[in-house]
Amino acid sequence: MKTLVYIDHFKGEVQPASWEALGVAKSFGSASVVIFGSGFDTLAKTAFEFGADEVLVADDPALTDYRAEAFASTLSALASSRTPDLILLPTTTRTREMAALTAIDLNTGVLVDLTALSLEGDKLIATRPIYEGKLNEKVVCAGKPVIATLRARAFPRPTQDKSKSGTATKAEAKAESPTTVEGYEVAEQTVSVTDAGIIVSGGRGVSNNPSLTPPAGMDEKQAEIWRAQQGFKLVGELATVLGGAVGASRAAVDGGYIPYSHQVGQTGKVVAPDLYIACGISGAIQHIVGIRSAKLVVAINKDPDAPIFKVARYGVVGDLFQIVPALTEAFKKKLGK
Amino acid sequence: MKIIACIKQVPDSEAKVKAESGQVSWGEAALVINPFDEFPVEGALQQKEALGGTVTALCIGPESAKDALKHALAMGADDAILISDPALQSLDTQGAARVLAAAINKIGGVDIAVFGRQTLDDGSGITAAQTARLLGWPMLGLVGQLKVQDGSVKVARVVEEGRQNVSAKLPAVLSITQGIGEPRYPSFMGIRKASKAEIPIWSLSDLGISAPAQIVSRLELVTPPSRDVTCEIIAGESPTEIADKLADKILAEKVL
Repeated sequence: MKTLVYIDHFKGEVQPASWEALGVAKSFGSASVVIFGSGFDTLAKTAFEFGADEVLVADDPALTDYRAEAFASTLSALASSRTPDLILLPTTTRTREMAALTAIDLNTGVLVDLTALSLEGDKLIATRPIYEGKLNEKVVCAGKPVIATLRARAFPRPTQDKSKSGTATKAEAKAESPTTVEGYEVAEQTVSVTDAGIIVSGGRGVSNNPSLTPPAGMDEKQAEIWRAQQGFKLVGELATVLGGAVGASRAAVDGGYIPYSHQVGQTGKVVAPDLYIACGISGAIQHIVGIRSAKLVVAINKDPDAPIFKVARYGVVGDLFQIVPALTEAFKKKLGK
Repeated sequence: MKIIACIKQVPDSEAKVKAESGQVSWGEAALVINPFDEFPVEGALQQKEALGGTVTALCIGPESAKDALKHALAMGADDAILISDPALQSLDTQGAARVLAAAINKIGGVDIAVFGRQTLDDGSGITAAQTARLLGWPMLGLVGQLKVQDGSVKVARVVEEGRQNVSAKLPAVLSITQGIGEPRYPSFMGIRKASKAEIPIWSLSDLGISAPAQIVSRLELVTPPSRDVTCEIIAGESPTEIADKLADKILAEKVL
């Protein structure tokens, strides 16, 4: 089986699930990695180290900024000339669109956000969540190539072998696009929650520390946000000690406590960490759907009836402003930090 | 401005969804407008208020899907069209996109087609992009804010890294997310007007197309392993004692 693997990156920062996709491709046969943009020689090098048989670079400055049509047309052209059996991409906002457009160009199907993919004979059988993970469906694609996006952390990370190397091949870019990128407002660089093995999340409760006195001159809303930011500092400190990422409920993001990039849940990100610690999060169904795949859920909330306790393995009914810093100290000692 | 809001009817998000004889069943749960679709309807209405024009809600579904269209009408959409045909029972994303593109072309003179980011049932989130490609229109996905001016639209896309500001000439396809604002509640007058509305039904022959070939098919449904957890509440005399016990429990689970 011949697979084209699209390495998704933002200005050189690779979505780690790209390497997971490469690992899956290698398990089926040969893997040609595809990288878009100029000046990403290190990415090509890493791709060889993760096992790519071939690395194709569409080295064109016009592909520096993501534009749906340009990226899709370039991918479609590569697929037409290389005729792979399968195109794999990690699931991201970019790749959903690219895969969608390329599938129309090639008159084939897209299987989105897979949690399993197996080759039975020469048939690819894919598993993906539906109804927000309440059910899974097994699907097949009658078109060729099969195009599939893989959910982050659902597939194993291949080993990186620094002794492997190769020479990248230049590929043609089809960079025409009817859209113009005017600019970005980039959020601060942090560990993305979708790739994190450990997440400590804060909810509405994080703003509710009455013992804190905000600086003078703040109105009620500003004081609430200030208190929440102090609360998120505690959440962040626990995340740092555990080597994890900071997540947030929709209520916290809507409250202006923390940027949307941290939002976990139905309208935010679906995550699959090994450990998820929910602090001051009530556990509305829209949040729960985002953490269904978490291996271990721990909840800290002062309301014993909070629905989060129904999905948590361990819980503390208590004041998160006391428990979270105490937990940070406990882990510092036990992990020798 | 002529805006089409493409919506879908799905089971309520609180529904207990189960696999029953190879079909998805949601018991007595209500069928509602896809919650993600309230945002594009809201976005369309905001543009109509700013620039004038009309908002038409469009939906592929069985007769019951008229209720989802009535919700859009009650919010303030001017009219609605249901596309319904026995040959459209199981549509994959590109099949739905083909049908929607044909309808948008039949309506004609459309400036913007808006979608929600994904549906509650399938959740692939790609029908909007596929419709755009078939129409030959630019695709602007995950829009949190938009401004239409002089035949172009400027949007802020909410993506992993933050916000990407993009512009394109109309006509265009947009998927609109919660950044657009809280969807307005249907007014009492709106609900009354919607309940009396005549919603035309277009079949495949009205659209002048044959049933799209099915490329992606479902083999079977799989019920995920039950995640019934019994929560062990950790208690103690002091936060330090509780934290110590909890940390030990977490370490014992070997997730760190």
